[in-house]
Formats: sequence, C-alpha cells, structure tokens
Amino acid sequence: MPAVIDVRDLRTHIVTRWGTIKAVDGVSFALEDGETLGLVGESGSGKSMTCLSIVRLVPRPAARIVGGAVRLDGDDLLTKSDAEMQQIRGRKVAMILQDPMSSLNPVFSIGMQMREPLTMYHGLRGSAVAARAAELLDAVRIPSPAARLRAFPHQLSGGMRQRVVGAMAIAGPPRLLMADEPTTSLDLTIQAQYLGLLKDLQQRHRFAMIFVTHNLGIVARTCDRVAVMYAGRIVEMGPVRRIFTEPTHPYTQALLASIPRFGVRRERLTAIAGQPPDLSRLGAGCAFAPRCPAAFERCAEAPPETTVAAGHVTRCWLHGG
Amino acid sequence: MVRFVLFRLLQSLIALAILSVVVFVLARATGDPLHMILPMNASAEDYANARAYLGLDRPYLQQYLSFVGRAVTGDFGTSIRARRPVSELLRERLPNSLRLATFAMGVSLAIAFPLGVMAAVRKGTGVDRAAQIVAVLGQSLPTFWVAIVLVEFVAGRLQWLPAGGADSLASYVLPGFTLGWFVVAGMMRLLRSGMLEVLDSEYVKLARLKGVAERKVVWVHALKNALIPVVTFAGIYFAVLVTTAIVVETVFAWPGLGRLAYDGITSRDFPVIQAVVLVTAILVAAVNLCVDCVYALIDPRIRYAR
Amino acid sequence: MSIIAVPELEAQAPVSARRQRLPVVSLGIVAIFVLVALLAPLLAPADPYDQSLRLRFRPPVWEERGSWAYPLGTDRLGRDLLSRIIYGARVSLAAGVVTVLISSAFGAAVGLVAGYYGGRTDAVLMRVTDATLSFPVILLALILAVTVGPSFTNVVIAIAVILWARYARVIRGQVLTLMTLDFIAQARIAGAGAWRIITRHLLPNTLNTLVVLITLQVGYVIIVEASLSFLGAGIPPPTPAWGSMIAEGRDFVTSAWWVSFFPGLAILLVVLAFNLLGDWLRDTLDPKLRQL
Repeated sequence: MPAVIDVRDLRTHIVTRWGTIKAVDGVSFALEDGETLGLVGESGSGKSMTCLSIVRLVPRPAARIVGGAVRLDGDDLLTKSDAEMQQIRGRKVAMILQDPMSSLNPVFSIGMQMREPLTMYHGLRGSAVAARAAELLDAVRIPSPAARLRAFPHQLSGGMRQRVVGAMAIAGPPRLLMADEPTTSLDLTIQAQYLGLLKDLQQRHRFAMIFVTHNLGIVARTCDRVAVMYAGRIVEMGPVRRIFTEPTHPYTQALLASIPRFGVRRERLTAIAGQPPDLSRLGAGCAFAPRCPAAFERCAEAPPETTVAAGHVTRCWLHGG
Repeated sequence: MVRFVLFRLLQSLIALAILSVVVFVLARATGDPLHMILPMNASAEDYANARAYLGLDRPYLQQYLSFVGRAVTGDFGTSIRARRPVSELLRERLPNSLRLATFAMGVSLAIAFPLGVMAAVRKGTGVDRAAQIVAVLGQSLPTFWVAIVLVEFVAGRLQWLPAGGADSLASYVLPGFTLGWFVVAGMMRLLRSGMLEVLDSEYVKLARLKGVAERKVVWVHALKNALIPVVTFAGIYFAVLVTTAIVVETVFAWPGLGRLAYDGITSRDFPVIQAVVLVTAILVAAVNLCVDCVYALIDPRIRYAR
Repeated sequence: MSIIAVPELEAQAPVSARRQRLPVVSLGIVAIFVLVALLAPLLAPADPYDQSLRLRFRPPVWEERGSWAYPLGTDRLGRDLLSRIIYGARVSLAAGVVTVLISSAFGAAVGLVAGYYGGRTDAVLMRVTDATLSFPVILLALILAVTVGPSFTNVVIAIAVILWARYARVIRGQVLTLMTLDFIAQARIAGAGAWRIITRHLLPNTLNTLVVLITLQVGYVIIVEASLSFLGAGIPPPTPAWGSMIAEGRDFVTSAWWVSFFPGLAILLVVLAFNLLGDWLRDTLDPKLRQL
C-alpha cells in the first residue's frame, strides 16, 4: 500500500542572531493509512518544527525549509505554490495544537469557527453548514452540539475546547492529522478520554496520525511506531513494542530509564547527564556524543541510519554502520 | 447586554451630575460679568439693577438649582454678552464642531487603519518605517504651528483651499487635516502593535493551519482582536478632538464650540461657559458610552462577564 | 559547547542592531535643550527683552539683510529670535518637567491606592478619574487664565489637575495585575501592612511604567503649554514662550516667516526627542506597554 505521507531528508534551518540553527536535519519517515507515529524528544529536538515543515508553516522570515521532499499520497508538498498549499492545509493535512485556551479565536463563536472549514473545504452553505457542524461536534462527543455553536470559547472548558479543535481538524476529513502535545494542558482524567477519541476518529476515517509528545506513556498507549528525535535528527525509529523492550540508541535507553516506575525501588531518579545541545553549534559528529555514556572515537563522525531489525532503524555506531 | 448598557448609563449620569456642580462653580469663578457689559461710569445702583435683572443676586444654591432645572429642558439661559438664548448659539455652533470632528476622525481612521495593519503585516519593510515616522511626527508636531503654515501656504499663496469659514466641503480639509493628524499617529501605532501581538497568537496559527487564506487571516481573524484597544482610544480621541478644537477653530476661523467657549470665557459670559462645558462633558460621556457598547459588541467576553 | 537550547517555534527574525543601541540622537537633543535652558543667560547672544525698532523683522543670518548679531532674525519688536528661543526653552522645559512630576506623583498615588484596596474605594476613585479625564484641559486653563490671570503657575496647575488621571488609570491597571501575583499574598501573610506593601512591593514594580509614561508625557505638556501661550492663556508676555512667539508671528508668515517658524521648530525638536526617548525606554523596560 502506498504511503499516505512520505517524508524524505527534510531539512529546515532557522537563521538567528547567534547563528543558523538546523532545527530539522535530515528527517525521513513514511506512514500508511490508519498508522500512528509518535514523535518523541526534548524541547528543541525538532518535533514541532517537523510538523510545521510538512505543511510549510515555518515561522518566516527566519525559518526556511532548505531541502528534502514531503510526499502526500505521492504529491510533493515542497514543490507546491502558496495557493496550492493553502488548499491542502486543513483539508488534507490537519493539525491540533497544544493549548486549547489559545487555539480558538476568542471573539468569534464556535459556530463561526466551525463554519469556516466547512465552507472552505466543501462549499457548504446555509443550513447545511450548521447541520454538518453539529454533526462534527457530535462526533467528538460534545453534548448538545447545536446549542454549543452559539457559544464562545471562553464559555467552554479546556477539554471541550480541545474537542472543538479536533472537530475542526476532521472536517476534511484529512489524510494526515498531526497532534502537537494535545493533551498536555488537559486534566489527567480528560486526557485518557481525549486520546481515546482521537483513536476512534482515526479508526473511522483511516487517516495517518503523527503524535508529538514528550510523554512516553502516551506513546505506549496510542502509537504504532515511535521516532525518537534529538537535535533535529531521528536517532531511533521502530515499532512501539520493540523500542520499549529493546531500545538500541543510548538516548532512547536513557529516556526509558528516566521514567519513574511504581514498584521498582531505586536509589535516585536517573536524569540524562549534560545539557541539551546548542543547535547553532552542532559539530560534524553525533549530536548526542557529548552526553553519551558509551561514546567512543567513531562518534566524531555522524552515524548513518542503520537497520537493526524489521522496521527498526537507529543512528548509532554501536550498532554497525 | 441591556443590563450592561443601563448600568453604564447610570454611571455616566452620576458623573454628569458631579460635573454640573463643578461647571457651575467654575463659571462663577471667572469673575464678574457685569464689569464687561456695563459702562465705566455705571453707578452702584446700576450694578444692583443689572444684577437683579440677570438673577445674579439670588443665593448660589437657588441659582444652581434653576440652572440645572432649566438645563434639563434644554434651556441654558441667555448669553450675557450676545443677549440671545444660549441654546440658540449652541444650535448654531455645535453641529459645526461635530461635523469637523467627525470629518477629521473619519479621514484619520481611513488613513490609520490600512497603514497600521500593513505596517504590522510587513513589519520591518519600507511601509513599516514610513508608518513609524508618521506616527512619531504626528505626536510631536504642534498642531497650531502646522495650521498656521498651512493657512499661509496652501490657502494663502497657493489658493488651493479656503482658509476659513465652514462653507464648502473644501473648507473642511485644512482644519480637518490639522486636527486629525495626531489621531492618525496614535491610532496607527495602536493598530500596529495590536496586530503584531495578535498575529503571533495560537489561534492565528491555527487559522492558517486550517487553510484560511492569509488575507482573511489578517483582516478578519486578527483584526477583530486587535480592534479592542483601538476602539477605546477612538472614543477618547474623538472626545479630545472636540475639546481641543479650540486652537484649530481659532486659526481657521471655524464657527464652532471652541470659538464660542473662547469668546464666552474672555467675556465672563456665565451661561455660555456653563453650557459649553456641560455640553462638552455630555458629549464625552456619550461617546464613552458608545465606545463601551461597541467594545462589548466586539469582545464577547465583556458581554457575559459582569 | 554552549548551553543554549533554542525553543523550536520561537524563531525570531534577526533583531536589527538599531533597537539595542542607545537612542543617541534623542538623548543628545534632550540633553542639549536641558543645558540650553539651564545656561540660558550664558548662551543667549542678546537680551531677549531688548527691543529695537530699528532692527524690526530682520531675517536670519543666511539671508540678505541678516547678520550674526541676530542669527535667526528678529521679531516684531526687534528682539533677537535666537535669544528668545533659548530663554523660551526654560519656560517650556520647566513647565513640562514640573507638571509631569506633580501629576505623576499624585496620579500614581491614586492608582496605587485604588488598585490595592479595590472594592468601593476603587470604584469611587475610578469614577473621579474618569470624570477628570474627560475634562478639556485647554478650557480649564483658559478659565484659570481669565479668572486669576495668566501665569506659569496657573498653566502648571491647569494641566496637572487633569493630567494625573492618566497616570492613575495606567498605574491602577498595573497594580491590579500585580495583585494577582503570589508575592503580595506572601507579604500579607508575613504581616506586612498596607503602607509597606504599597511602597515596598507595588511601587517598585510600577516604576518602569511610570518612567515611560513620564517621558512620553513631557512632550504632550510642552505642546499644551505652547498651545495655551498661543491662545494668550499661557505664560504672559514679555516672557519669551515658544507658543506666544508663534502667535506673534502669525500675521507675518509670508513676509517674516522666521518669527513663527523657528519657535515651532524648537517645539518639534524637543517633543520629538522626548517621544523617541520615551519609545526607546518603553521598548527596553517593558514592551508590554505598547499601548501607551
């Protein structure tokens, strides 16, 4: 089956006063219908920037996509014109942002904000719009959807707002849905509900999903595959089970080791030694080397992507290359 | 929403009541008008008669009450100097001031809006720089100086536009421009900074992610949010326009409220002074009320909060 | 290897070098005018009150009948324009600074009290503030001028009596925000009284705003003072005041343009300098005050 989304060697640079930051430095992955990829990493690892690069909404003028290809159903998005991209955004590729408090425009009603995608993507008018909007709100399990259309964002709770954002995201329905830490700002009890909702929607509409998070627990529950990012590169990627049980990259191992677990006695919490790297001063070698407990001379050269097992790749000299 | 409006109305009325007392006291404080209208050799008896005739010999409280009582019905008394009902004078002059202020406001907004929005959208480019220069100049230029220069050159030497009077549409241009100059500056700045802030927000990002055309993102999604402080200041500026029009009206011989006030003050014409200040205050209060209502219309958070 | 981790989405365009530099030009202009005002007697080439019918309406030095004795020309009464402008700086700057200091002190006090106590106190104070804000400054000054006679003190009083409201409003807004922060609650728990909290905790945090507002308002006051002098309700002649100088030259704008032009230029320069300085201060100290 052809991939829904096929990213090859995506590179995005940001020009700042302090130098050029390689925010996304050669990222490649492919997803099929109904597949979910978890994108994990620290702040600054390039997770969000990768998603923004896919839809070409990098913060200009400082940031620019400098290379690679992003194929949506075979079509390279990086070669499209602005007008064409505008048609694709929302309709074919949708994104949910982190903070529901600020994602919705405070001065427009929910109805008006829902109407917009319906009119834009499907040319609906009049009562058909209201009906469809109510349907969508119902699909995301918002009670009394018709009444909600008249409400304003400040009158809804955080969880409900995030559902509205979700409703707008599936209005296409899209081929790819990117969710950037959608549950981080929600209460714990609501988080599980929301994740369940997203999975249901995905089942129904069969879109591919990219789930950006720093929470490995969520990854375990919702994702089929996971890609671990560090300093703009994917350092390890593979099926969720394998990554959790047999991580190969020292960074992945450190991440997993730092999760406190019930029932396991430990003297102290392990943190990853050192500081996140200065992205404007990356050397030619492996970006994790300075903090890696297993680093050796070879690490001064950037490791290529090596296949460790079926569908499991890693970037580390410890595993051949 | 109705409750909101009523509440604000009540507050305005209270403020006005306080103001009427202040006005009353102030007007009386300017001195004795009789010195202005009676001849030099008038006797003490003449003064007493004039005072009785004008009702100035009654106790202050009585004067105040009759002033308020009649003001409510629109009767502001008779101008001591002009011997005509003040309300008549007001009726002649007030519309002129309002028209000039509206003209100035309209033109200023028409210039400030696109300039402010474009300056934000094209931040750092030529448009932005030009806009910033306009803004700073607008707030630094002494208007009456500009007015004089304009009168001399544009009206005097070049004869393009009339120098005074309020006859034709053309005669609105110079005074309107002079008055509105600083409004353009202030408004444009506000819009620019408001837009810059809003364009950075999450909901604008989401709108773009939804595929909304950039034009609509700027002029609908972003602008409506940036309007909030602009509306507030628009109200303040309008009030300022009406009240500082004195200087412009003097230079351009505009028959408006400002001139009336000036003449009234210099001739200690109590009824006129009282009326002008009161009318100005009412105007300002009314404008503020409108601003608050528009504000509530734009921002639903105000409507439903208390 | 440095320790900066740049947040992903906060990509900022390269900040142009201009912003970070000190606003040398505006600071320079302000400094010059302050010095001029202070050292007026030493700098002025002639006595600003010295009339000479013979030397009426002489043009500036670069024109035909000009001379270095009166570099910017003379006015209707033969007085040297440059000297009058120099002395006029005293009036304008003094008016600006004094008025702003008085009104800011009073206004900030009102704002602090209103914001801290809240409730009824706040409501009452804000009503008064609003009413004051809507009062036309120029009208008031005119009335004062007519009642008590035009003078420097009256100008200051007339403007200050209304200007304080602006400070009160802004400071109160700031205080309201500050009150929601934890350190006020902590001070209370520690047993601090109202006076202590206001002076030790709230006031220092509003100083930034105050400084910006003060700088920006000086220009405004100078223009108002000039407008009043222009109308005849400000500083009375023969004291040189830029506004009245412009008024004097009003009828001769085509023939003796310099009489009105140079005082106006002086006003423009000073106010421009203060405004630019205020802008820079605002951008440096607290960019959130963009609405001022």
